[in-house]
Amino acid sequence: MDIEQWLYSLPLRLRGFFIPNQVDREMKEELREHLEQQINENMAKGMAPEEARRSAVLAIGGMAQIEQQCREARGRSVLHDFIQDLHYGCRQLRRSPGFSALAVLCLTLGIGANAAVFSWLEGVLFRPYPAVAHQERLFAVAGTVQGESRPDLLSWPDFVDLRSGCTLCEDAFVTSITGSTLNIGDHAEVTTGSVVSANYFDALGVHPILGRAFKPDEDVGNGSHPVVVISYQMWRDRFNGDPQIIGKTQRFNNVRHTIIGVAPEGFYGTFVGRVMQFWVPASMAEIFRGGGRKLEDRSARWIESYVRLKPGVSRAQAQQQISAMAARLQTTYPATNRGRGIAIWPLWQTPFNHARTMGPTLEVMAVVVAFVLLIACANVSNLLLVRSFVRRHEMSVRLAIGATRGRLLRQLLTEGLILSALGTAGGFFMAYGCRHLLGVLLPEGREMYLPGRIDGHVMALSAGLSLVVMLIMGLVPGLQTRHLDLAGQLKAESGGTVVVRSRGRIRSGLVIFQVCLSFILLVGAALLLESLQKIRTTSPGFSTTSVDMTGVSLVAAGYDVPRARKFQDELIDRLSALPGIQSAAFAAVTPLGYFDFSSTPIAVDGYQPSADEQPEVQYNQVSPGYLATMGIPLLSGREFTRGDDENAALVAIVNRTMMMRYWRGQDPIGRRLQVKGRWARVVGVAADSKYESMRETTKPFFYVPLRQDFVVEPDLNIRTTQPLQSTLAAVLREVHALDQDLPLYEMITLQEQVDRANSSQVVAVTLVSTLGGLALLLSAVGLYGVMSYAVAQSSRELGLRMALGAGADDLLRLVISRGLRLTAGGVLFGTVAALALTRLLGQLLYGVSPHDPLVFGSALAVMTITAISACLLPAWRASRTDPARVLRA
Amino acid sequence: MSKPSDLVQGTLDMLVLKILALEPLNGWAISQRLKQISSDVLGVSDGSLYPALHKLERRGWIHAQWKASENNRRAKFYSLTRLGRKQLEKETANWNRVSAAISGIVQLDEV
Repeated sequence: MDIEQWLYSLPLRLRGFFIPNQVDREMKEELREHLEQQINENMAKGMAPEEARRSAVLAIGGMAQIEQQCREARGRSVLHDFIQDLHYGCRQLRRSPGFSALAVLCLTLGIGANAAVFSWLEGVLFRPYPAVAHQERLFAVAGTVQGESRPDLLSWPDFVDLRSGCTLCEDAFVTSITGSTLNIGDHAEVTTGSVVSANYFDALGVHPILGRAFKPDEDVGNGSHPVVVISYQMWRDRFNGDPQIIGKTQRFNNVRHTIIGVAPEGFYGTFVGRVMQFWVPASMAEIFRGGGRKLEDRSARWIESYVRLKPGVSRAQAQQQISAMAARLQTTYPATNRGRGIAIWPLWQTPFNHARTMGPTLEVMAVVVAFVLLIACANVSNLLLVRSFVRRHEMSVRLAIGATRGRLLRQLLTEGLILSALGTAGGFFMAYGCRHLLGVLLPEGREMYLPGRIDGHVMALSAGLSLVVMLIMGLVPGLQTRHLDLAGQLKAESGGTVVVRSRGRIRSGLVIFQVCLSFILLVGAALLLESLQKIRTTSPGFSTTSVDMTGVSLVAAGYDVPRARKFQDELIDRLSALPGIQSAAFAAVTPLGYFDFSSTPIAVDGYQPSADEQPEVQYNQVSPGYLATMGIPLLSGREFTRGDDENAALVAIVNRTMMMRYWRGQDPIGRRLQVKGRWARVVGVAADSKYESMRETTKPFFYVPLRQDFVVEPDLNIRTTQPLQSTLAAVLREVHALDQDLPLYEMITLQEQVDRANSSQVVAVTLVSTLGGLALLLSAVGLYGVMSYAVAQSSRELGLRMALGAGADDLLRLVISRGLRLTAGGVLFGTVAALALTRLLGQLLYGVSPHDPLVFGSALAVMTITAISACLLPAWRASRTDPARVLRA
Repeated sequence: MSKPSDLVQGTLDMLVLKILALEPLNGWAISQRLKQISSDVLGVSDGSLYPALHKLERRGWIHAQWKASENNRRAKFYSLTRLGRKQLEKETANWNRVSAAISGIVQLDEV
């Protein structure tokens, strides 16, 4: 139909749709008019009125048929049919509320779980920074180290070179998370913020609602630009939305900063998992991060950065250019950059922040919820099949009075659409309710901000899913209408001796499919649970009970190196003298925390690295007594002492793995180790322990004395038999005895530290087990439905068996064994699929093989028990069959 | 009432278009005109005219309008649209070609 024709007929179609009654009336009027004319003419020819009318009606030939033909000629609008179907479908669903509620519930769970996981993927991985435009062109930048899989951070000078050299990048910016004590009036608390490059807001395209963003020169010169942009939330809550806020000052870490801008509402910074409250330029890094010479030192790697690629530039092209630049940096600055590259990642693979920890879990979840949806669909299809059997008489009648099969199919699809639309609506509510669930599931939940994001993408994806669901659900019973035997159906009335054979096969197939999918999920959940169990029972290599950790905020208080040294020594002396405290020690980094250990190139006397090997090992700066405090066994040699200070010869303690690799298992005590270009002597060997993750394998590691590689604000570890609260009180008392103004960081036990490190595992286990349980329940419902139906259908056969002498036990066994046969089929397929799929759990597994027979065995046991319980009720009903009644019927 | 065969059906469309090309008419008048022209050869029943009219209207070839008829009663008048005129030309040309070919065959001398 060409456009002109369509335009001509459009008014007609609209009339036909909106005022069908009037159109019909006009059509009848036209025909009546014709009839009248004919009658008049007949009477003019001399017929009697009665005969004139009769003859006219005969001439026109059956008024009702002509009217119907006219209606057909005008064409019925598809939309009109659809609305009629919708009305009819709603009426049908209302007539069986139990079925409708169950079906909608299944779909709500299935679609809701998917929408929730989509919204997490969107909000945490794909578009984590609301208010930032074109996130698809943002890429995370991090350093790579030869021979290490884990990326490192970048130094400021490297970043500056990258920014000026990357012509394919529209912009590059730095952000580095930091905390600050914030005093307003008499109220003090710790807030989270970022140290950023001056172009941060411009590069993101975020414009302050009050004041301005940073000027280009504000990230140059150590400590020279004490300016701050505060978040909307801080402006509203702490400063009561003061419209005159710009130009006022506020102390951050005891340095007076001028407030130059307020960020717009809904901008939370660029750190997945945390809400940023303030931003300061990189020139102030020293105030917030300490450690000295951050802007000039090419070996001080502390920044997390992002680039925004120019439109049309691919990741590979940009990576090529950036790699070439990194190679030039290697040759220009071999001392700091040898063996180091720079790589970019799409946001969802960001190697720092919580995208790193949540990514693998969410990827697994996406697969798991797809399974749950399929199981839910199978259930609803099963329900629809039963109903289509109940409705076969209705369908036959409709076919008999002239409905086409296409029209019936459209009706069934419409009913599927109503169900899936209701399920989708419910699913959105569910996803909305679950949007903060991820953050809540994490042990440190209160501080975490991992919101799901329900935006156009998520809506479109979920709507697409429900459309597929609708097709599946409508088509299965729809195809059944092909088997309708019209004459047979109508003759049989609704008594039902006609059983369509293929229906039973489809339903059994659906149950096998459900069992198969839930078995896979069971295996997955069991593997994750087993891993978590292994992780929990694996020793990290240090005591988790009876050690507490905290830190004293010295950087913020403006302590320089000599003052900090003095303070640290005095505090350790005071703490060690307390009765409840056995020992206390400082360490630059406490294991399994958020911060990574530094690593350094090393050389070892007598160890010849291969040509392309640049030995690089992580280390920690610790004070005397650290190993004893942490409970890390000393295998040989000695711990550091007060004597190992900045004036003494350099010393180091290596771990067992390092001894095995670089000294080939020989005692390294007294041998030399080169660290950062200076030679140190090995004085001790410590046992291996976990450093950054409970799932890591043993790796080389060494310790140097804190005094010989000083950090102003290390962590404080305390070995004590006292409960946390009294230790906290004691430490606070001693700290304040030394300096009244010093705040203490949060104090937690090392067990808490380990739990936080395992949080992504806990989230994965919780979610997969919950959904696995849900899947199991849905499958049980499916199996129950099939078995009940089979029992109801075969009551004649069961009665006959009973009449021939079968006992109630035999029938019970018969039904259960049939249920178990279906389950066995599902488990068989499930096992094959699970063997292939569990590898995908990859790095979430620890200490358990993806093919662990014990795990598969227990999953089988759970599945079998579930199957038997699902069959019990139908089987019991079968055993109660009254042969006299069913055979007479 | 017998349904006209396909050939007659297609021809009926063309005839209606041709009649309306001369002047706008209502259904009754069209049926009278049909009877006059075809002298009942085509056997078009009055009934089958109306579905055809509605079909042509839906295709955009004719346009309907309620007007007072000569005896002052409300009647539905049909007129040809621009699209209908083109269609008529097309069908007329088609008809001429086919009928020429057929009469050529029918008039072949039998041996």
